[in-house]
Amino acid sequence: MALNLDAKIPSGPIEQKWDNARFEMKLVNPANKRKYSVIVVGTGLAGGAAAASLGELGYRVKAFCFQDSPRRAHSIAAQGGINAAKNYQNDGDSVFRLFYDTVKGGDFRAREANVYRLAQVSVDIIDQCVAQGVPFAREYGGVLANRSFGGAQVSRTFYARGQTGQQLLLGAYQALERQIDVGTVEMFYRHEMLDVIVVDGRARGIVTRDMVTGAIDVHIADAVVLGTGGYGNVFYLSTNAKGSNATAIWRAYKKGAGFGNPCYTQIHPTCIPVSGDYQSKLTLMSESLRNDGRIWVPKKEGDTRKAGDIPEAERDYYLERMYPAFGNLCPRDIASRAAKRVCDEGRGVGPGGKGVYLDFAESIGRLGRDKIAERYGNLFEMYAKITGEDPYQDPMRIYPAVHYVMGGLWVDYNLQSTIPGLFVLGEANFSDHGANRLGASALMQGLADGYFIIPYTLGNYLAQVKPGGVDETHQECVAAKTEAEQQMKTLLSIKGKKTVDDIHKELGKVMWEYCGMGRNAQGLEKALGLIPQIREEFWKNVNVPGSGEELNQSLERAGRLADFLELGELMCRDALVREESCGGHFREEHQTEEGEAKRDDEKFCHAAVWEYQGADSAPARHVEPLNFEYVHLAQRSYK
Amino acid sequence: MNMRIVLHIWRQRNRTAQGQMVRYELPNVSEHMSFLEMLDVLNEELTRKGEDPVTFEHDCREGICGCCGFMINGVPHGPQRLTTVCQLHMRHFRDGDELWLEPFRAAAFPVVKDLMVDRSSLDRIIAAGGYVSVNTGSAVDGNALPIIKQCSDMAMDAASCIGCGACVASCPNASASLFTAAKISHLALLPQGQAERDRRAIRMVAQMLEEGFGYCTNAGECEAVCPKGITLDNIARMNRDFLKAAITYLEETAAAGGA
Ligand SMILES: Cc1cc2nc3c(=O)[nH]c(=O)nc-3n(C[C@H](O)[C@H](O)[C@H](O)COP(=O)(O)OP(=O)(O)OC[C@H]3O[C@@H](n4cnc5c(N)ncnc54)[C@H](O)[C@@H]3O)c2cc1C
Ligand code: FES
Repeated sequence: MALNLDAKIPSGPIEQKWDNARFEMKLVNPANKRKYSVIVVGTGLAGGAAAASLGELGYRVKAFCFQDSPRRAHSIAAQGGINAAKNYQNDGDSVFRLFYDTVKGGDFRAREANVYRLAQVSVDIIDQCVAQGVPFAREYGGVLANRSFGGAQVSRTFYARGQTGQQLLLGAYQALERQIDVGTVEMFYRHEMLDVIVVDGRARGIVTRDMVTGAIDVHIADAVVLGTGGYGNVFYLSTNAKGSNATAIWRAYKKGAGFGNPCYTQIHPTCIPVSGDYQSKLTLMSESLRNDGRIWVPKKEGDTRKAGDIPEAERDYYLERMYPAFGNLCPRDIASRAAKRVCDEGRGVGPGGKGVYLDFAESIGRLGRDKIAERYGNLFEMYAKITGEDPYQDPMRIYPAVHYVMGGLWVDYNLQSTIPGLFVLGEANFSDHGANRLGASALMQGLADGYFIIPYTLGNYLAQVKPGGVDETHQECVAAKTEAEQQMKTLLSIKGKKTVDDIHKELGKVMWEYCGMGRNAQGLEKALGLIPQIREEFWKNVNVPGSGEELNQSLERAGRLADFLELGELMCRDALVREESCGGHFREEHQTEEGEAKRDDEKFCHAAVWEYQGADSAPARHVEPLNFEYVHLAQRSYK
Repeated sequence: MNMRIVLHIWRQRNRTAQGQMVRYELPNVSEHMSFLEMLDVLNEELTRKGEDPVTFEHDCREGICGCCGFMINGVPHGPQRLTTVCQLHMRHFRDGDELWLEPFRAAAFPVVKDLMVDRSSLDRIIAAGGYVSVNTGSAVDGNALPIIKQCSDMAMDAASCIGCGACVASCPNASASLFTAAKISHLALLPQGQAERDRRAIRMVAQMLEEGFGYCTNAGECEAVCPKGITLDNIARMNRDFLKAAITYLEETAAAGGA
């Protein structure tokens, strides 16, 4: 079976595509909207914004999240900011420039039309959020403040202290609660989606587990929207929230949704290093810190002096040295690999030599401690709390960590997956960031998808189908429910010797070692041998205590790990086939003489889309070719 | 440095079951661990022994999602000021310390299991009016409405609330006043929030009482334990808004022919 990878890119010049598409869309008559029901899984920026906006339009929405409140989605943790091409600073920004930067930053592996639309609607996002009361940072004149962020040469990032994600999510959450109050949205919290139900080739519902009672239920709708976030936790240690998982998209993949570019992972350069084997997650230090902090390591290998005792002349500000034009602000993938390289050379600092300094002494001297505290106070506090060290006195120690996945379910221009009626938003889809995401662009994409794209494209879909027609007794519903129940039973019956976390850590080590910052064929092949062994061990020897009819956090984690154990393998497969380096995917065999990523546009200027072929067969790889008409293919250079 | 820590943890299977304190001893706690990482270690051990691990809520482990929170020796989130329990590190404890962990207790926060409670009552307070009614797509340009920086900063202070419920747990009356006031203040301080200011205050306060939260008697415990530093002035602002609205808003709606 082949996947239908028609991207449905609208006709016309790029600036007019979205307008043309909207004009051509079919509309659902206002009086008919309430006849249609929509399931939205996930209440992060993408899902929360979608559920609220669809409720406002009058659809009957059921929204789901696994936390105890929609306000707690992982989006809440985003610190740095959100991009928008407002050009309020008069510094040369424009929709085209944001589009250009995003395509180039993504190393020419994203679909131009989608990225352009993202840049276009970015300006509406800011307006909408301001109207909701999101307290963005402001200047004394009362206008919105901006900063430059993550490698951009214009100041287009809007922020709310170091809590931008929190404030944007609360805006979406409040809009959602308003719809819950008026009854257009029914909210199911502490519910985990375990499967999609596909009837006659269309997504018609989901199977969920009530995490308090353990009840497994079927929910039916006319369309299903997934905004379930990223799968960085396949690495065990990442900056994602502990509960972030791949289950929703993975089960959709197994029901026929194509998986786009699973290997594209973003490793963030500025995280707090690991402190011990009990480490449960990694903490990001916002990259906005790189605006005022300088990154360095000692010039000498194995230098164990305290940072303050190392004289200027014996420090290597390696980013400033290697990339004079961008210096400490070069893109994430480049900064991460450079950190790994200097640590591999034996020049890393802190326990195990896995760290580099991020030093504020110079900017504290220039701007004063108060200014730095105003800009980064909460980040400095967080650092001090976690490490017990004072970053105003001594430089921070940082190290790269898994942070974001550009890969996800393949979607067309309308954000529809290869299963009709199944739409995917936010980090869960593969869409706009190509092989590398720019800082402050995930929040932008999540809200663009949720507020401004899905309300149109979903309407267009619904206008072409009849509401209803399926109920819980349909054989596909019964089968999906039975399968989910069976999996729970199996997990609970193994009662082996290893805990879920034991096995998750093993998987994480393999992923980080062989499918992390640097990848090569030999390592990936090794990982492809190891992962099935770990998976086998899991299904033979995991110990999930307790029962299924109660709140059982071990069971929740086990179900998620079962999916990570399959997804990890697909990531390695994808990384192995992609014989080039691009963005966050760095194949050591494919680098320039200076050690930079070397793309192979002849062979790989495409998105790889994987199709599930059953448990016992290898998945099939399809491609969506990418054409660059507006931004010409060029080697990225940040020198 | 490694320490020996003794924990007494509230164990309760579900909402209706009887609960009790159970003693656990951890001989080897690293000072660099977070408090929750210590509980992870305990849970791994319990699992290996075939016992039921301790249920506690958590997600971001960065002090921002508001999932985590339980009492440590009678104090929500434990002894460190302005710190959620996920950000609390063991270096603030001493070898041999004995700690009592209990869920947040309030009539409006029924226990789900062990240290986990149901805080959906807080969502329903927000649903009663903690928003600006502006549909997607109807906004004007973000800079069309200049906002005094100081107001915006104060609104941000109030908006920093993470909805963890520590304020409720610390309050002798189990009042959710600090939580409710933080949202009322956030929106009352901004021009966008003015149109619905009266209705918001009336509806949110009414919902708070309906959920079974108590009245505020100015005990001030909430401010002392709030991990995000939300201050009592917010409650004063809420009370003013509520009183004013109670007079004017009811009159207006009555004049308009209904409430
Ligand atoms: C520490 C950190 C800082 C960041 N900072 C920035 C930044 O400054 N700027 C920026 O642009 N980006 C940033 N990012 C990235 C950005 O935050 C995320 O990519 C984005 O918020 C993802 O939003 P989302 O709506 O797609 O998913 P999420 O916010 O992850 O939401 C997922 C939702 O799906 C639900 N869910 C998941 N699985 C299931 C299931 N099986 N059943 C039911 N519900 C489910 C969850 O309950 C949740 O509601 C940061 C990320 C991290 C980790
Ligand atoms: S786990 Fe998110 S605030 Fe503690």
